[in-house]
Amino acid sequence: MARAVTPRRKLFFTLAAWTVALLIFFPVFWTILTSFKTEASAVATPPQLFTADWTLQNYSDVWARSDYPRFFLNSVIISIGSTLLGLMIAIPAAWSMAFVPGKKTKDLLMWMLSTKMMPAAAVLIPMYLIFQKTGLFDTRIGLVLALMLMNLPVIIWMLYTYFKEIPGEILEAARMDGASLKNEVLYILTPMAVPGIASTMLLNIILAWNEAFWTITLTTVNAAPLSAFIASFSAPQGLFYAKLSAASTMAIAPILIMGWFGQKQLVRGLTFGAVK
Amino acid sequence: MGKIVLKQVRKSFGDVHVIPSVDLTIENGEFVVFVGPSGCGKSTLLRLIAGLEDTSSGTIEIDGKDATMLPPAKRGLAMVFQSYALYPHMTVRKNIMFPLKMAGMDPEAATKKADAAAKVLNLTNYMERKPGQLSGGQRQRVAIGRAIVREPAAFLFDEPLSNLDAALRGNMRLEITELHQTLKTTMIYVTHDQVEAMTMADKIVVLQAGNIEQVGSPLELYNHPANAFVAGFIGSPRMNLLEGADAAAVGAKTIGVRPEHLEISTTAGQWKGTVAVAELLGSDTFLHVNVEGHGTMTVRGGGDVNLRHGDTVYLTPQAGKTHRFGQDGKALV
Repeated sequence: MARAVTPRRKLFFTLAAWTVALLIFFPVFWTILTSFKTEASAVATPPQLFTADWTLQNYSDVWARSDYPRFFLNSVIISIGSTLLGLMIAIPAAWSMAFVPGKKTKDLLMWMLSTKMMPAAAVLIPMYLIFQKTGLFDTRIGLVLALMLMNLPVIIWMLYTYFKEIPGEILEAARMDGASLKNEVLYILTPMAVPGIASTMLLNIILAWNEAFWTITLTTVNAAPLSAFIASFSAPQGLFYAKLSAASTMAIAPILIMGWFGQKQLVRGLTFGAVK
Repeated sequence: MGKIVLKQVRKSFGDVHVIPSVDLTIENGEFVVFVGPSGCGKSTLLRLIAGLEDTSSGTIEIDGKDATMLPPAKRGLAMVFQSYALYPHMTVRKNIMFPLKMAGMDPEAATKKADAAAKVLNLTNYMERKPGQLSGGQRQRVAIGRAIVREPAAFLFDEPLSNLDAALRGNMRLEITELHQTLKTTMIYVTHDQVEAMTMADKIVVLQAGNIEQVGSPLELYNHPANAFVAGFIGSPRMNLLEGADAAAVGAKTIGVRPEHLEISTTAGQWKGTVAVAELLGSDTFLHVNVEGHGTMTVRGGGDVNLRHGDTVYLTPQAGKTHRFGQDGKALV
């Protein structure tokens, strides 16, 4: 039986949702506000949410002190590159799991997901050594590979879920119509799974963009993305909260904007298949 | 050309033998209907012919060539699915043109062919629409259009009308029959609806548990069922099958009388019963009669039969219209 939604109940849930949303967003909001404060007011006791002496000085200092465009470019290449490479591997993998499953497909899917349950630090030493020995350390291609492998289980799982929603008869019809496997994937499966592929892509770009453990560990200068850029502001000179906040804001702004514009797609993709 | 020959075709899924062994010849230009109850293996047999399932053993020949190992696309067959299986992201035109595109046909020639098919199927005004904007009947016509343009050796239909309402089903049945008469191409049609089988087929293949029970023209099956299963399956309403003393009296285990071959009387007859339900269809009246010692028997009377629930009736089979079946269910000559 449907539960009646009274105005009071609706108000309660709206307020609760807003409270939770604001709590989640507050650290980001605090960071953005701090980035416009002087160093003195950033560390004032008791902490001040707002200040009288707003400034853009932190941004010009950060810009002058480090090569932001290079970090930004690295982030773009690494996040988009790892996502595209991941999709190229995950689409055929998810296709075979969804449409020609074997007896162990479910176990394989669970095993892949289980690799995400392991703490990254557990494989730090071998990964570090492999990267050093193979010349992948501090290279963009190295990070593309590392982040692709890290997110591959998530990409495959998401695509598998979307592909399962596509009726097998449509692919059989394509086969009867003379489509080769390549054409079946290219002309039928991929266009039908576009919402799912787009949201998978979006989510993985965000995951790769925000990844900090491997990007900081496996880079020094050349391939360092924006996560390393932020980390560089908590280095030898001590902690400069306002500058650190300005650097953080500059690092998260592009992905925040992309997420904002892509939120409809993201929500649609993440709830895809939940309701038939 | 479109002669299809199945030789000892078997299909098993693990330990389950869905098709124990089938031998069947489908002549060029024939309209063959596979009919049988749910789970009898008729769709599996069609999918084996299409190449969507691999045979466990046996051979499938298409136009004299062994096609057993060929992929679906190379068999020169076209299939219409129960769910239509249209490509939802493509317009009607692109759906119909897709097989031609896959065959590498020049786009201009493909467009002409698609337009011609659309004209035959009354789809000309819907060419730029997506499948989601079409009715069930229109979608099924698009699926047929997509099959026609390939000019296949044979068309395979997998319960294509099951998703349509009764009125539309009747229309589409006629359209497919007319299409067969126009194209004269081999058609294999799977259905569980024996009315579709009777009205459309040149040849009916009755299946049960993966075995062919009988192959023949609709009237052959109706008039001379090979066994009690076919007798009960072909004909609507289904044949009355009786056992006991009446059957033993004619040297059979079971006797069968079709509802339309029973005479109704209110005064005298072979079996006495009480009308349980009278279904008035205008042109016909179906009486469901509780007959002493035999349970419910169905009788088909004229539209003017004036009998109702509770009335006493006497039923007598018409001379020469009683079918006899032996211990093993097979018809006795």
